Amino acid sequence: MLEISEIIQEKVAEHGRERKALLPILQSIVNLKNYIADKDMVQIAEALDISAADVYGTASFYSFLETEEKGKYVIRVCKSITCEMKGKHCVLKALEDTLKVKLGETTHDGLFSLEQANCLGLCDVGPAMLINEQPYTKLTPDSVHEIITEYRNKVK
Amino acid sequence: MANNQLKRVDIIFSPYSVAPYEILRLTMHKEKSDVINELIESGLRGRGGAGFPTGLKWKYLAAEQDSEKYIICNADEGEPGTFKDRKLLVEVPRKVFSGMAIAAYVTGAKIGFLYLRREYRNLIPQLNKELDIFNESAKKFGLDFKISIFSGSGAYVCGEETALIESMEGKRGEPRNKPPFPIQNGYLGKPTLVNNVETFASTSMICRIGADKYKALGTDDQHGSKLFSISGDSPKEGVHELELGMKISDFVEEFGDGDTKAVQIGGVAGFCIPRKQFETSIIGEGNTTGGATMIFNSTRSMYNVLHNYLDFFAEESCGQCTPCRVGTQQLLKGIEAVKSGKKPASYLDDLIKLSKTMQITSKCGLGQSVTNSFASIIENFREEMIY
Repeated sequence: MLEISEIIQEKVAEHGRERKALLPILQSIVNLKNYIADKDMVQIAEALDISAADVYGTASFYSFLETEEKGKYVIRVCKSITCEMKGKHCVLKALEDTLKVKLGETTHDGLFSLEQANCLGLCDVGPAMLINEQPYTKLTPDSVHEIITEYRNKVK
Repeated sequence: MANNQLKRVDIIFSPYSVAPYEILRLTMHKEKSDVINELIESGLRGRGGAGFPTGLKWKYLAAEQDSEKYIICNADEGEPGTFKDRKLLVEVPRKVFSGMAIAAYVTGAKIGFLYLRREYRNLIPQLNKELDIFNESAKKFGLDFKISIFSGSGAYVCGEETALIESMEGKRGEPRNKPPFPIQNGYLGKPTLVNNVETFASTSMICRIGADKYKALGTDDQHGSKLFSISGDSPKEGVHELELGMKISDFVEEFGDGDTKAVQIGGVAGFCIPRKQFETSIIGEGNTTGGATMIFNSTRSMYNVLHNYLDFFAEESCGQCTPCRVGTQQLLKGIEAVKSGKKPASYLDDLIKLSKTMQITSKCGLGQSVTNSFASIIENFREEMIY
């Protein structure tokens, strides 16, 4: 597994030891372990010669750059109006039931985090959600159960 | 049903030319100034929503003397109800890259970025495949221009061009003061052209069919065709290409479910048009042109609709300027208070005043446009806000 320092080195080599390397670094860390820890931010700040507060300020601005530990799979259910009109609430309820967590929580096995997101750009095929970067559309309570079961089987 | 007002067009999703990037190759045989003039002549306006004349923007960038210039394609469509750019990037990415390359040819830029919203990251592998074909073609044609993908991280406000640039520079996506505009002072302080995905695809199609043919589409006030992202209570949800200048009544007849109560034009930053105004309203005139159209039928509570919009704005406000940061929160709390009876109905008028103040005092389009949907929903569906 890649170390944080290796990621930083790789991105600095690509973008220079400059502020513009910051988002690519943060994104790569999130890809690796789904969130950016405080100590990672300090490390990045040192590498780019900026303050750790700047790194935190930037990371916490963006909804896909998590600064708290998340599950292996982050589920983001679209909460925009058209998805809501098409039954987002039932989908969310089904997810809560099958995962046995509430919105905003992570399952005990550390596998799934359940979140909401603003428009995912899938309004014509809603209700929609992302699991990490994979979109799922035209969701129903039944299809949600199937999708989660698939993911559970994948890690077994 | 016969419908003379609403005309479907099939330009932007038409098949590719046989040889990859043939339009680019042919355009590179033309004089740069002729290409720019053709674009100006075509009447094309930015398809992201703000509607600035595209040809003029290109002309300004071409006139900049700096040796370092950037072309950025804004694929950060985050407006609720918008998904046309996703479809373009899935089905005809070549036309988008072709438009960017033509812009590079006429303006002398050597580096281009596709700023792709984080939500569309699953598209990156196939886009990279197309970029390989592009880079090979550009090399063959002798065009010194490279495009790479910059992945966003999830922020609606980054669709605003200066916020997008801040984000590419590794900062919080907070909009800059304008002027200076990105054309003079953009990415890394260099002259930068930022256009929407559909705008770039349209420029390559104008180079293919010619300005005259493109200009003949639409009405005197609005030229050409436009993609509409249609969602909500409609049996024909999806992306449709239509000639500009249509009446909402014709639109609703074609796309509604027979029981349409209101249409949201231009996403949540646009206007909500009630049934009684369908006959008199033209899409794109006095409302915005991003193309997001959400249809609501009579079973929908407009209070819920507005609550959902305000929740969105309050969350996506970048927080930099006070009118927008505080205003969006107060509007949300305000309609809740009226609904629950804690505030009298007349409080809605105070809230409309607040939203108008936000329009004048907010720094960017986010805070400035909240009043569009807010005032149009409250004024037309006032009773639904109270009872």
